[in-house]
Amino acid sequence: MNCRSEVLEVSVEGRQVEEAMLAVLHTVLLHRSTGKFHYKKEGTYSIGTVGTQDVDCDFIDFTYVRVSSDELDRALRKDALRNSGGDGLGQMSLEFYQKKKSRWPFSDECIPWEVWTVKVHVVALATEQERQICREKVGEKLCEKVINIVEVMNRHEYLPKMPMQSEVDNVFDTGLRDVQPYLYKISFQITDALGTSVTTTMRRLIKDTLAL
Amino acid sequence: MELEIWCLEMNEKCDKEIKISYTVYNRLSLLLKSLLAITRVTPAYRLSRKQGHEYVILYRIYFGEVQLNGLGEGFQTVRVGTVGTPMGTITLSCAYRINLAFMSTRQFERTPPIMGIIIDHFVDRPYPSSSPMHPCNYRTTGEDTGVTYPSVEDSQEVCTTSFSTSPPSQLMVPGKEGGVPLAPNQPAHGAQADQERLATYTPSDGAHCAATPSSEDTETVSNSSEGRASPHDVLETIFARKVGAFVNKPINQVTLTSLDIPFAMFAPKNLELEDADPMVNPPDSPDTESPLQGSLHSDGSSGGSSGNTHDDFVMIDFKPAFSKDDILPMDLGTFYREFQNPPQLSSLSIDIGAQSMAEDLDSLPEKLAVHEKNVREFDAFVETLQ
Repeated sequence: MNCRSEVLEVSVEGRQVEEAMLAVLHTVLLHRSTGKFHYKKEGTYSIGTVGTQDVDCDFIDFTYVRVSSDELDRALRKDALRNSGGDGLGQMSLEFYQKKKSRWPFSDECIPWEVWTVKVHVVALATEQERQICREKVGEKLCEKVINIVEVMNRHEYLPKMPMQSEVDNVFDTGLRDVQPYLYKISFQITDALGTSVTTTMRRLIKDTLAL
Repeated sequence: MELEIWCLEMNEKCDKEIKISYTVYNRLSLLLKSLLAITRVTPAYRLSRKQGHEYVILYRIYFGEVQLNGLGEGFQTVRVGTVGTPMGTITLSCAYRINLAFMSTRQFERTPPIMGIIIDHFVDRPYPSSSPMHPCNYRTTGEDTGVTYPSVEDSQEVCTTSFSTSPPSQLMVPGKEGGVPLAPNQPAHGAQADQERLATYTPSDGAHCAATPSSEDTETVSNSSEGRASPHDVLETIFARKVGAFVNKPINQVTLTSLDIPFAMFAPKNLELEDADPMVNPPDSPDTESPLQGSLHSDGSSGGSSGNTHDDFVMIDFKPAFSKDDILPMDLGTFYREFQNPPQLSSLSIDIGAQSMAEDLDSLPEKLAVHEKNVREFDAFVETLQ
């Protein structure tokens, strides 16, 4: 089964990074979350309700809709803050996966079925006028990104089957109290302004150390 | 002004493979979430957040063919999503207007009357006594009396300014205090309204344009932005960039010739109206009095309301919010400029300084003698400090 991959690119100022990433993350997770499942007898289940709320960005002229789950918001903010605001290129990946139980001694396999990659290019601006223009431009860009996300979501391509009660943890993240998103994980890759990624630099350092 | 059109259509193309089960339900839920996400993304969303005092956003629901004519040029369409069901295929799409800018004067010529509401707090109003913003009625050219215009409540046409945080360029009507004049609230009918408007304008114009040579200028002024009579009158406006507060540079005036208006060369120039307008260049206040005025002249500042009639460029004096028109025609911008350039202290000026230095030197021995006498007192004082 192939993993579906979508790439979004944004150019933002340092202080807009967190809001831009949260906007994308929340928009994607809005579409990839349901209410909590309440299983009944005979293999049926009911789905709880999920509310939505608007979030106005402080540094961008933009408003997005997110799921009304503070727990999910906190979890995402913790992940979004890891990306620093310095000059350079950063990349965040939001991966939806399914768990496949394996026999002992092998650990469970995580099979991604959709990956959203957001490439963030951080710029530094000198004057207030440039910042104001950037505010508006980034707002418009994020509007386009939301439209892109919605178009992809509504293609109705592969989605994991609704699981039985015993397998719900292989498909959904049931750890949150008020919402149930598909299993996801977020990873980062930060590249400094010179274009070298942190991982390659570390790798080079270790190689050099070993070579000695 | 139509802002958005949302279209939910269902055709008969059935998807037999999909049963009414959680698949259709989930896809419809997804479509609903997408609808929520897209509603925050259209340009009209920001308008809707700011509605209330100056304008409201209305809606209507209708069946049948979609009418996209009212969205203006260059509108964009977003297909939110499609869900196939055993009964048919549901499609949701949205077409939204891109150009939310205030309508240009060309649209005054052959369009039905439109309720216009101007939003700009930098604009000076010709009626300072009238507090809230009044919606303005722009009359089309060549409309006869007896044509009744749709009432305010029925009209759903609302025009707004373009959205930006900096003061936008404004359509300047010479002779007025600035900005576009506002008409009374009632949707008046036909030429009677125009006459009424003329009547209300004339006294104020008479007060302000005291130096205006002829009455035809007044008529021109009051007719200009009403879109009345002929396009020729409409052209008699000068586009000038509104200066934001604290800006010290001369105002760039864009003459008609540089604008893409037909027959612009034939439009009479109204520059002399600006120069003669006492509001723009108030008469020289009597010399003296306050040092503030003196500093104003000594600056040689290009701003302010001092009588710089011998300057080549025309200064349009605008009044920032809350500025008072007291005996001294002082405005906030002028005050700020003076504050930045205070007059020099007299004690620091060189001539006086030199004189006082010589005096000080002469009186030095006497002062020393006095201090020597009081040595003991000084010592006692120092001891109290320790």
